[in-house]
Amino acid sequence: MPAVSKGDGMRGLAVFISDIRNCKSKEAEIKRINKELANIRSKFKGDKALDGYSKKKYVCKLLFIFLLGHDIDFGHMEAVNLLSSNKYTEKQIGYLFISVLVNSNSELIRLINNAIKNDLSSRNPTFMCLALHCIANVGSREMAEAFASEIPRILVAGDTMDSVKQSAALCLLRLYKTSPDLVLMGEWTSRVVHLLNDQHMGVVTAAISLITCLSQKNPDEFKTCVSLAVSRLSRIVSSASTDLQDYTYYFVPAPWLSCKLLRLLQCYPPPEDGAVKGRLVECLETILNKAQEPPKSKKVQHSNAKNAILFEAISLIIHYDSEPNLLVRACNQLGQFLQHRETNLRYLALESMCTLASSEFSHEAVKTHIETVINALKTERDVSVRQRAADLLYAMCDRSNAKQIVAEMLSYLETADYSIREEMVLKVAILAEKYAVDYSWYVDTILNLIRIAGDYVSEEVWYRVIQIVINRDDVQGYAAKTVFEALQAPACHENMVKVGGYILGEFGNLIAGDPRSSPLVQFNLLHSKFHLCSVPTRALLLSAYIKFINLFPETKATIQEVLRCDSQIRNSDVELQQRAVEYLKLSSIASTDVLATVLEEMPPFPERESSILAKLKKKKGPGAVSVPDLEDGKREGGELNGGGERGPDSAAMSASNASTPSPSADLLGMRSAAPMSAAPTSAGSLLVDVFSEAGPAAPSAAVNDDGFLRFVCKNNGVLFENQLLQIGIKSEYRQNLGRMYLFYGNKTSVQFASFTTTVSCPGELQSHILSILRLNVQTKPVEPVVEGGAQIQQVLNIECLTDFSEAPLLNIKFRYGGALQNLSLKLPVTINKFFQPTEMTSHDFFQRWKQLSQPQQEAQKIFKANHSMDTEVLKAKLLGLGTALLDDVDPNPENYVCAGVIQTKGQQVGCLLRLEPNGQAQMYRLTLRCSKDSVSLRLCELLAQQF
Amino acid sequence: MQFMLLFSRQGKLRLQKWYVPLSDKEKKKITRELVQTVLARKPKMCSFLEWRDLKVVYKRYASLYFCCAIEHQDNELITLEIIHRYVELLDKYFGSVCELDIIFNFEKAYFILDEFLLGGEPQETSKKTVLKAIEQADLLQEDKTKDAECPRSILEEIGLT
Repeated sequence: MPAVSKGDGMRGLAVFISDIRNCKSKEAEIKRINKELANIRSKFKGDKALDGYSKKKYVCKLLFIFLLGHDIDFGHMEAVNLLSSNKYTEKQIGYLFISVLVNSNSELIRLINNAIKNDLSSRNPTFMCLALHCIANVGSREMAEAFASEIPRILVAGDTMDSVKQSAALCLLRLYKTSPDLVLMGEWTSRVVHLLNDQHMGVVTAAISLITCLSQKNPDEFKTCVSLAVSRLSRIVSSASTDLQDYTYYFVPAPWLSCKLLRLLQCYPPPEDGAVKGRLVECLETILNKAQEPPKSKKVQHSNAKNAILFEAISLIIHYDSEPNLLVRACNQLGQFLQHRETNLRYLALESMCTLASSEFSHEAVKTHIETVINALKTERDVSVRQRAADLLYAMCDRSNAKQIVAEMLSYLETADYSIREEMVLKVAILAEKYAVDYSWYVDTILNLIRIAGDYVSEEVWYRVIQIVINRDDVQGYAAKTVFEALQAPACHENMVKVGGYILGEFGNLIAGDPRSSPLVQFNLLHSKFHLCSVPTRALLLSAYIKFINLFPETKATIQEVLRCDSQIRNSDVELQQRAVEYLKLSSIASTDVLATVLEEMPPFPERESSILAKLKKKKGPGAVSVPDLEDGKREGGELNGGGERGPDSAAMSASNASTPSPSADLLGMRSAAPMSAAPTSAGSLLVDVFSEAGPAAPSAAVNDDGFLRFVCKNNGVLFENQLLQIGIKSEYRQNLGRMYLFYGNKTSVQFASFTTTVSCPGELQSHILSILRLNVQTKPVEPVVEGGAQIQQVLNIECLTDFSEAPLLNIKFRYGGALQNLSLKLPVTINKFFQPTEMTSHDFFQRWKQLSQPQQEAQKIFKANHSMDTEVLKAKLLGLGTALLDDVDPNPENYVCAGVIQTKGQQVGCLLRLEPNGQAQMYRLTLRCSKDSVSLRLCELLAQQF
Repeated sequence: MQFMLLFSRQGKLRLQKWYVPLSDKEKKKITRELVQTVLARKPKMCSFLEWRDLKVVYKRYASLYFCCAIEHQDNELITLEIIHRYVELLDKYFGSVCELDIIFNFEKAYFILDEFLLGGEPQETSKKTVLKAIEQADLLQEDKTKDAECPRSILEEIGLT
């Protein structure tokens, strides 16, 4: 017989369950279940009306069968019938069945909602709770539609029982998570926040989850919760361990509520009110102090609850990142945990320290634990803990300890778990690149990576080492020598062959003077690996061979021999065959000059975000890799070079990498096309990028227009950006005068030479805007050299003499890696910049409007909306235009009217504007009336592209 | 919390509670994957692991594993104590609970959980209050069943229903 069942006990159910348990095989179980299903089906279909008890019993059996993992396709109706039983026990089983098994049968949902509605209005607290539990468990959109407006009322009503309030709060939270648009707190906000003050600890515990979630989404509306949360926390933290009776858990007062309060505070910045902040700091200090006190119990529950609060407090301290004293104390506390005998605590301490490492106040303190962390990486028995240790080493790495950390990570890699190797490889590669002082160390590190964990070295990693070697002349000779040595190992990884082939093909000449690495020795070494390699690697090697022919004419005969043999020129792989044929032909017919041009050394790669970093971000989410950026942020500082805008770029990067078939595996950028026609056909390819963006073949400068239009309604921002250069603008205008600051940022690590800029005013404008000065000596003159990563500034003074329509042109020329770059941009100086806003009444406006009634004074355009038609967006744009936005002038409140005067040196031009949006048609009608016809036209033209 | 699973050392699922909407297929896949992962871990290992983009907190009590999936900003240690409090509640209600109690009274295990956690967040952490609510419900049941059961079985015997 089964174990005693509690409560009413359904004997039939117990018998069925023990039958199932006695089944010797899966088949027997299925047979027994099918028998039962047939039985239940016949009972439900039978003529006899079932009583509530039987219905409950059968529904419960169905539920059991479902939970065993079998499908249930009937019984829903019987369960719904149970909901309207007035016997608690039947209702309860009905609700349980619905919660577990509800499907979106609309007919059923309506019936369920009806039953719930009845129970909610029953005023019987146990029934109300059951109904609320059901809503919280199902949380469907239909339920949100039916009850989202009713539940807040129940939650804040004065006569609601505490237990119902608790259910209502969490029920609302679930609905808010599934259908935030339907849950509107509005008038209830303040009363919900004040639940934090409720006398009943259970109510506060339930309500705070709701408040935290709502605060995350609408911080402003809920910000009064901060002071309430602080005082509640303070009361709990300072209470004796017995004060809170049953809410004390193993001598820790209200641990769940404390954690939730600390979590809620993390939705906000530090409190502004000094008294509140003081009280909070006191709480945090008390929590840190308590961690040092001897434990009140030896039970693990006591220390877990206590430390849960401690870790949450540390999270808050890190979130504020403003109290150096607390941050350092937190770090010391975590340092103690690093050596704790509880694995859980070591794990959490490593995790939490990772975030501390990114704070400038505690970065140094975290670094003092390096030996302990390295030891953890070596000795922890649990891979998830080792993983945390590796993360922390990565986070605490900076220039001072990079060599040590990279060495430790490399040696760990030799035995690391397979599950984390790829990530470790990426991290080592990133740190090596980021903190390389001498690039020979970098090259050594990456080659070691390939040697130790070649299988886990992704394309991004070995592409990157090649990019860096190509871009830095100082390391090329060393790289050639090192790969040559590495290739001599009897068994070397295919990735090593790829890197070796590429580097020797480019820079083999740098070591050819040594007879031990003469051209032929190099070639024979490479070719000895050839037959063991996959097709892509062989293709790369063939390209290296043709490069050899150019570098070392003495190898020509040998290499032609190789290309000519059947295994190459008749290879069954199309790619290999084509390369062999083309290279052979190229080497026999092209003159040395042509050969030298075609096979010239690769130009530097455009600098952009490391593709490995992008990959790691994709793998781990942006948070996990942000840490080493700390130093970068400090170094680069300026808004134009900030790391903030890297996100989408990096996504695009990795996307393009993924979609391009191994770009740099193709040494010459010729897959099937001849090298001379390296037109930008596939936009993602690195090498094509090199040719189209930075290559010597692109000296022409088309005028870039896109940036220009974005500045009609604003004065500051990024005007232009490509892989090399970013140009930012700040400008200010008063009367007919303006001043514009241009910021030129070099995004690469290579200097720009012969950097010059000129500003010219095309045609008619020449006589109008007279004084656009080139370099202004008062501030920073434009120097001819812009160092890698540096930014320079230039000031333009602008005076508007009379109205104009064409913008001045900015021309920039500089040399990057030997290639001349030429760039022309329209400077965003538009006539509206010289607006003075004019406020006027409705009466004045229409009087002026009538005065400007000559046909040529008016310009009108009807056009389709290109951007959001949102009121606030439109208002912001119209204000950005420089005019006054007049309220209560147009009889139709949907319309916008503006007025302003354009100031030129010679005259003032009055302008009136009316914009009529039609939301339904997504169209606008724009009308301008100005005292000068050309101004109406120009403004109309400019503005029609803004909305 | 996104979901809670109870399973035995043999990998049999004893209780499942989902606080996020998922299809039955996904639920089965997640369950299979997690049961496998957790059962493969050695006893002294730490109770937390990263799993997909969630954190998994688990603890073993006798033959049963209690396993919760929480979000990134959630607190691991307090989740461990949520598990413990639930075990205490079961233990107190059943009187030194064992796996069989949960198998034969699975509906009770769900009811207790609903009183303690709702929508994945703690609703009532006081042991006394939760048990009082459940026991009151049991009292309601016992009264009713006494009234209802006697006449029913007699009627059923003579074939009148």
